[in-house]
Amino acid sequence: MDALLFMIFAAIAVICAINLVVQTHPISSALSLVGVMGALAALYLLLGGEFIAAAQLVVYAGAIMVLFVFVIMLLNAGSERKPVIKPRGKYLGAPLLLVFLGMMAYLIQRIMPASAPVVFGAFQGGTAKEIGRSLFTVYLLPFEVTSVLILIAILGAIVLARKEVD
Amino acid sequence: MPLGPLPAAVPPSWYLTLSAILFALGVLGFLLRRNIITVFMSIELMLNAVNLSFVTFSYVLKRVDGHIFSFFVMVVAAAEAAVGLAIILTVFKNRQTLEIDEVSTLKN
Repeated sequence: MDALLFMIFAAIAVICAINLVVQTHPISSALSLVGVMGALAALYLLLGGEFIAAAQLVVYAGAIMVLFVFVIMLLNAGSERKPVIKPRGKYLGAPLLLVFLGMMAYLIQRIMPASAPVVFGAFQGGTAKEIGRSLFTVYLLPFEVTSVLILIAILGAIVLARKEVD
Repeated sequence: MPLGPLPAAVPPSWYLTLSAILFALGVLGFLLRRNIITVFMSIELMLNAVNLSFVTFSYVLKRVDGHIFSFFVMVVAAAEAAVGLAIILTVFKNRQTLEIDEVSTLKN
């Protein structure tokens, strides 16, 4: 059952990611990205990351993608021109990418050859309780620095998107 | 990778391989697309692929730290999306284009 679920959501994620790359209209790419994020949230759940799965859906598939769709709507972005690909990239790019992926897969198999398979429920440490405890003890300083980062991001976004830029 | 009848559960290395595939697709979109918004979405795809690796390693090591890193990546991605999209809005307001090839002030 776990393997079947992994296969289904991995297939959804890969197909949506390919669709993101090949679509020319940005709104199609944005909806494909939502599909990737939803599938990844399911995979996080399989890996025992309850909190991260929920945060993925709320922050990524919710907030960030709404921002993207809003900007696409605001700018009235249409289909883009066909990208100019040089023949060298055309005939060398795809084989090199496949070779890279093959090497990565081989390396991953070599480094962790016989680890126990992923069983749903085998790892219980990903709850909000555990993450909260870790966040407010070991990772307290990075967590507080993050709040400064978000404040700067808010100010930067306001300054950049003001009416008079000059 | 053993092929044949599907096992009851997949090893963590399959998750890492999926993460590598998604990251490669993100790089592909980043290099291939000409629309600023799509390029930006490819970056988000790469961040998501890395998050999957973090959560997988967290499962393998039975520690919560991977989830914390993943959480921080999400926070940084949210801040980055807000600022990046504001920059895109400003670029569009000043140049009326979304093609990255036409935004070349810093070139040369």
